[in-house]
Amino acid sequence: MLTINNLHATVADKPILKGLDLTINAGEIHAIMGPNGAGKSTLSYVLGGRPGYEVTDGSVAFNGEDLLEKEAFERAAAGLFIGFQYPVEIPGVSNVQFLRESLNAQRQSRGEDPLSGGDFLKLAREKAGLLKMDMEMLKRPVNVGFSGGEKKRNEMVQMGILDPKLAILDETDSGLDIDALRIVGEGINSIMRRPDKAVLLITHYQRLLDYVQPDFVHVLAAGRIVKSGGPELARELEEHGYAEVVA
Amino acid sequence: MNALPLPTRKLEDWRYADLDALASLWPLPAAEQIIVAAGDRFERAIILDGSIGEAAVQQIDLTLEAGAKAAIYALNIGGQYGRIELNVTMKKDADFKLGCAQIGGGDQNIELVTTVTHAEEGGTSSQTVRNVLGQKATGTYLGKVAVARGAQQTDSVQDVKAMLLDRTATANAKPELEIYADDVKCAHGCAIGELDAMALYYLQSRGLTPADAKRLLLQAFVAGAFDGAVDEEHLQQLALAKLSELIA
Repeated sequence: MLTINNLHATVADKPILKGLDLTINAGEIHAIMGPNGAGKSTLSYVLGGRPGYEVTDGSVAFNGEDLLEKEAFERAAAGLFIGFQYPVEIPGVSNVQFLRESLNAQRQSRGEDPLSGGDFLKLAREKAGLLKMDMEMLKRPVNVGFSGGEKKRNEMVQMGILDPKLAILDETDSGLDIDALRIVGEGINSIMRRPDKAVLLITHYQRLLDYVQPDFVHVLAAGRIVKSGGPELARELEEHGYAEVVA
Repeated sequence: MNALPLPTRKLEDWRYADLDALASLWPLPAAEQIIVAAGDRFERAIILDGSIGEAAVQQIDLTLEAGAKAAIYALNIGGQYGRIELNVTMKKDADFKLGCAQIGGGDQNIELVTTVTHAEEGGTSSQTVRNVLGQKATGTYLGKVAVARGAQQTDSVQDVKAMLLDRTATANAKPELEIYADDVKCAHGCAIGELDAMALYYLQSRGLTPADAKRLLLQAFVAGAFDGAVDEEHLQQLALAKLSELIA
């Protein structure tokens, strides 16, 4: 589904990713861990097409297409979802309006019919229920006045509604209390654990991986994947820290 | 009729005006006089959209008698030159509310000039102004709140924001206070900025095109100006049409 080959990227002319290789197949859940400053968030922004993140070498193929050629909104329509580490507050724009317009923009660019207001609300209610989020919150302006945990749950509701093929979730577990972590973990499983979907989890902690069992765990350090393994690698990291594994 | 000579840029109130366009209208007819009787309510929507000519100036003198309430909602989207001028005089316990959006592109010049005089005690006034300016447009807000010596417990707010879509556009904003009473609350805030890049990216990451992302943010930016208007929906629609035209 996703093939990253020798990816180099800079932010403000500073090299961050330095030859990153990663292959993700449909039906797989991958976790990337790594010390602060390793380039984890940069990877999610580069894949998401954020302006200012410049790819200087390498390639990324997403379902056989060149991902890097596409604008951010075209990547979304192609089935890519980025879960933000710091979801943005947008005063004056309601969640419902934002998501309905987003979903219909995606559907339109895929040649599908737009969803009617009623059908959309039904879908939104179902996904909000999955994440134990009150429908009233979906009518409020996007993320405005939401707690850290509510913002992350809102990201997952968006993911449920937009129904992507690949989700890249950047520290979706940070800022969550124990109950919210379980709810978000179950949400990820029920939305994304399908034979035709894949997930890339970026995380610092083992905790989330207790709920969302990864098939593969990678260690990102200094802009490259330095070690890959199964779920046991995450536990090893938790026990011994990065120093031993990275060395 | 107004026998005054054509203003020059030396006059503060006309400093940013399109004087050539103004010359085509000069001399201006006398300002419309509106008096809201004690305890009465009044609401008016003003729309300058070029339909009455490439240049248009609307001047209103509004007097609120004791306890009167007035709300004016204004949408200034041109012609070439559009100017709305409000002189409001408020008696005891009167309440005045202004919500205005000015949206311009090309080389349009649009301006709002207000003088709100709290002549007696206990009056409340609020002004919410949202300007969106693209290309080489100029948008201006000159707003003076004057509080007379006896006008204690006056409570006034000026909330002015301008959004520049291009580095070539100009926003002028001058909230001004002249206070002769010592027990009053007069808030004034003014900000000029551009669309938040992170918010634009966030919206696009969910599938909205750059134009739709901009439109959604701008729609939200101006929406607050028309809160509570009888014609709210109509005003929003006109504003949205103009915004869409600007972004396209």
